Amino acid sequence: MAISEDKVAHVAGLAKLTFSKEELQKFTGQMDEIINMVQQLSDVDTTGVEVTTHVTDAVDTMREDKAVKGMDRELLMKNVPDHQDGFIKVPAIIDESEGA
Amino acid sequence: MDYFANDLTSLHDLLVKKEISVTELTKETLAAIKEREQKVAAFLSVDEQGALKQAAELDQKGIDADNILAGIPLGIKDNIVTKGLTTTAASKILENFNPIYDAAVIEKLKAAQTITIGKTNLDEFAMGGSTENSAFKTTKNAWDQTKVPGGSSGGSAAAVAAGEVVASLGSDTGGSIRQPASFNGIVGVKPTYGRVSRYGLIAFASSLDQIGPFTRNVKDNAQLLNAISGADPRDFTSSKHEVPDFAQGIAAGVKGMRIAVPKEYLGEGIAADVKKAIKDAISVFEKLGATVDEVSLPHSKYGVPVYYIIASSEASSNLQRFDGIRYGHRAQEVKNLEDVYVKSRSEGFGDEVKRRIMLGTFSLSAGTYDAFFKKAAQVRTLICQDFAQVFAKYDLILGPTTPTTAFGIGEDIKDPVTMYMNDILTIPVNLAGLPGMSLPAGYSKGLPIGLQLIANQFDEKTMYRAGYAFEQETDFHKQVPMIGGQN
Repeated sequence: MAISEDKVAHVAGLAKLTFSKEELQKFTGQMDEIINMVQQLSDVDTTGVEVTTHVTDAVDTMREDKAVKGMDRELLMKNVPDHQDGFIKVPAIIDESEGA
Repeated sequence: MDYFANDLTSLHDLLVKKEISVTELTKETLAAIKEREQKVAAFLSVDEQGALKQAAELDQKGIDADNILAGIPLGIKDNIVTKGLTTTAASKILENFNPIYDAAVIEKLKAAQTITIGKTNLDEFAMGGSTENSAFKTTKNAWDQTKVPGGSSGGSAAAVAAGEVVASLGSDTGGSIRQPASFNGIVGVKPTYGRVSRYGLIAFASSLDQIGPFTRNVKDNAQLLNAISGADPRDFTSSKHEVPDFAQGIAAGVKGMRIAVPKEYLGEGIAADVKKAIKDAISVFEKLGATVDEVSLPHSKYGVPVYYIIASSEASSNLQRFDGIRYGHRAQEVKNLEDVYVKSRSEGFGDEVKRRIMLGTFSLSAGTYDAFFKKAAQVRTLICQDFAQVFAKYDLILGPTTPTTAFGIGEDIKDPVTMYMNDILTIPVNLAGLPGMSLPAGYSKGLPIGLQLIANQFDEKTMYRAGYAFEQETDFHKQVPMIGGQN
């Protein structure tokens, strides 16, 4: 086993996902297989090799510092699940039922 | 409209000569979709009203004789946002998402006066190679409805192959245009990274994603790429490189062209029928005056693991935005904000998307970053260097697009690793940011075989020229599946 259920559960927490017990078992098995597959990379000697994180030919460029009209505020709310008076509504950040 | 008997040029002629109106063409296209959808299920939504309205406006205005795309109905992959037209990325998390702006490619197509007839099916968030990961429906291969259409752009490919539309747009992160083009016997092109703006393409892996066209022939493909290419200030990775006319000089032939065939691309794991078709294709190019040599891309075998680490890492970051706050599915029965994030995401994402988010998060997390993400990014450099060495001496790389023809629906879906290995021949092209094309090069047991052509960065013209020469010499692109009313 390259990865344990506990580790998978920890990663799920980082990724803001939750799994049932059965799902966790299934995902651990599949993650294990995938990790075994990708571990063949350890065969490659990469001493002194630079990383490639993009392949664009672009160089950093500055745009002109000019004010442009943004997206219409009403329109921006179109896909918001819950909103009021131009604000997005969300539940309490801290669980109220837990008490202070 | 018989899209098997017409191409963009002939359709344009009919429209210019007013032998058919845009409205008639649109109605016939809608009728063909209605009939063939029962077999292929390529579309997630069809915008009948919007398309007919647009068609009527174009009929009023008249067709510009110099604009080959005017009045042509197109299918658009449903991970490309379309203003006012539901865009789901085939995910439950975006089931009711109604974009408030158009992707850059849609703006360009609107300027070119094409008609968006509908949005095509895909693997959820373009993650997959069979379109079976769609949350909504299973698209079928146009040639055999028990087979997958490939993926992730399976809907866009099947729609063109089944004659529902003459062309469509897809996106390609690890082969998602070329593999379904291969499985469906049509032409699919992934342009050079940066050639086409990604503004409005729902991001999967930003250093790999690229939008490109599906068509039934090479010249149509070049003409559609002409319309969508170019720099865009809203996508800083889009290139300022000059955009040539990809169709101009397409018939110049391949005499003297230096073509390389990587031995790894005809080695172990490639099915015998696929190898044979590619060897026959090599003979065609030699006959046409190209020189063909065997070369090696020694690190290409590591493409799949490199890809799954890099693409999943980028995906895990990109998909953080789906949190149930600003758009998309928001879970009910929540106690606090954390619950909104976790439950919305867990309810909204499908299994393959979760697997990739998990692998990506794992690869980037403390303790594994060096052994996974950094290692993959280093091997990516070696893969890029392999290609650079070949392109120092050659104009084009040739090989198969996929190791096998289309596999059966339900066959590979249970085993993620087997599914991932299907992409072994297409992935290295994305990792190096190169342009790649798949075009029909044979059939085996009634299923199409795809030939892959890979050019150096920003040298799509060489790829189109070679593809066109091969197409003129062969008749694979003229074969049509037994679908619809014509058989």
